[in-house]
Amino acid sequence: MIYQIRKDDFLSWLKKQREGKKVLVPTRKEEGYLFLPWVGDELDLREYTNTLKPVKDVFFPQWETLIRYRVEKEKSGEIVEETSRTEPLILFGVRPCDAKSIKLLDNVFDGEKYKDPYYCQRRKNTLIISLGCRELGPTCFCQNIGINPLSSEGSDILLVEFEDRYLAQSGSDTGLEILEQAPFTPAESKEQKIFDELNGNPARLNEAEFRSLALNNMPDFNDSVWEKLYQKCLNCGICTYLCPTCHCFDISEMTLDSEGKRVRSWDSCMYSSFTLHGSGHNPRPTGKERIRQRIMHKFNYFPQNYGVIACVGCGRCVAECPVNFDVREALKLLGVWKDDLQL
Amino acid sequence: MANSLDPAATADDVKRINALLPVKAKILRITQETPDVKLFSISTLDEQLPFPVSPGQLVMLSVFGMGEAIFAASAGENCLEVAVKRVGILTEALHEAKAGQTMGIRGPYGNGFSLDIFQGRNLLFIAGGIGLAPVRSLIKHVLNHRKDFGHLQLIGGFRSPKDLVFKRELTEIWPVSEDFDVAITVDKAEEDWRGHVGYVPDLVKKLKPQLDETACILCGPPVMLKNTFNVLEELAFSPENIYTTLEMRMKCGIGQCGRCNIGSCYVCLDGPVFSLAQLRALPDEY
Repeated sequence: MIYQIRKDDFLSWLKKQREGKKVLVPTRKEEGYLFLPWVGDELDLREYTNTLKPVKDVFFPQWETLIRYRVEKEKSGEIVEETSRTEPLILFGVRPCDAKSIKLLDNVFDGEKYKDPYYCQRRKNTLIISLGCRELGPTCFCQNIGINPLSSEGSDILLVEFEDRYLAQSGSDTGLEILEQAPFTPAESKEQKIFDELNGNPARLNEAEFRSLALNNMPDFNDSVWEKLYQKCLNCGICTYLCPTCHCFDISEMTLDSEGKRVRSWDSCMYSSFTLHGSGHNPRPTGKERIRQRIMHKFNYFPQNYGVIACVGCGRCVAECPVNFDVREALKLLGVWKDDLQL
Repeated sequence: MANSLDPAATADDVKRINALLPVKAKILRITQETPDVKLFSISTLDEQLPFPVSPGQLVMLSVFGMGEAIFAASAGENCLEVAVKRVGILTEALHEAKAGQTMGIRGPYGNGFSLDIFQGRNLLFIAGGIGLAPVRSLIKHVLNHRKDFGHLQLIGGFRSPKDLVFKRELTEIWPVSEDFDVAITVDKAEEDWRGHVGYVPDLVKKLKPQLDETACILCGPPVMLKNTFNVLEELAFSPENIYTTLEMRMKCGIGQCGRCNIGSCYVCLDGPVFSLAQLRALPDEY
């Protein structure tokens, strides 16, 4: 079922949501778009393809306190668990690739055995309103790996721009409840048809097809292709920080006098210290093992463990790599990119 | 809030708990094992067992202000025993600590040894250096349930005679235990050393341990493991009968931080105990 709303009406509705909720919107900054708290001014989305930092930052922040404690010499005082921010939040303008990335991260942080309370708390308190992509950015490749740029997966509400309106589709029960009320109205059959047409060519390859390619065609662990692949990589790790699905983290201590906290921060499998043993032994000593780990984790291990590829085709890693390492080219070299697709 | 200490915690409570939150504990006793290894007995503040662990399982120890690291733990009566070699910032801080000091502990993580598999069989233990710690937790279990197991043999290797960890057990207790052969080798001997000299794989080759109904359990540095696997296979041990416990750098212990995986397996969740057959099916990246 498709709903619709005039853009003006939507902005008034969103403005009203600021009573009691924090609203984050893509905000233009010198370095690119970032999700920042909205003060209710005019939205400038003219050059918006995606935010510089992935939306995972909202749920699994780059840096967060896990516990606080007091340390006294040879004793230690209290351990206090840091409760995550429970402030209700609305995210507007999330791209469908990033919305999907949150679904992927749910597998890790909201798993069957272990649930991360910090992450889950934020997930529960956040409404995701995504904005479908009518045009793709220069490094976007979602469609090549079976992801639909107009999908509502991972969103509560998906909006698709059409003339002076947004066409809206729910991605969750919460989203549906909102859409069933004013100022949203059910779309006429004409708009329904337009939505279907826009959605007509969603992905050039379905996700299952790409997944089976990645699971079955990936070269052997000791194949010489891995030697080729890593040569130009600087192991700077920018691809991992900007990746919406990378979730590796470090836990470290910050102590000032007797006050201390234990913090969790994003970490990267591109660094040699990432796997370095206390003994000095390192299971992934060179760039070769580390690039192999990054690619295998996304396209082989993650689908083995969770049944889904851990890449959403946002293209940030391609756009921001200082030496133009292109994961699409890598996949092509590995034989897990469909041959008939031109880069 | 429910934590791993709460015996009334239901499965749902366990799911809700914060797995990264340590339990406050204290150092009950410290034993200097070798110049760079100390054995820490860790209990709750009221001197109880922090939580049960089975042989081979891991715990995350933390010194507030210094950090956390993962260790193999062995259950004592009212404490967990953890052998710590001084190698880095956290282990240095532990070595500086005194009995009574408060610390954090969380766990247990991973699957220990499948004790059922070893039931009724002969056991060959092979340990290199501090790799004896997880093997010792299994040996303690076996000696407490002696009639459930067959012949026991231990082959231990250390850098020098000074580096023998659990020396009393190695030299005084185990060798006189029922049906338990103990052989020790050192890389470099000193004048009064009368035992074997050389590396573990060579001693295994020389001693040709019996195969019949025998399961082999080994732990040590990766180089020793890989070379010993080869020797064991030359001696016709099948990979299904060889078990090892691996240690990797870990931050979470619950399959999230992303650094202890070997292929799609997480050592913290799926390990740390693997059979050689299982390891052979995984990439050689440990």
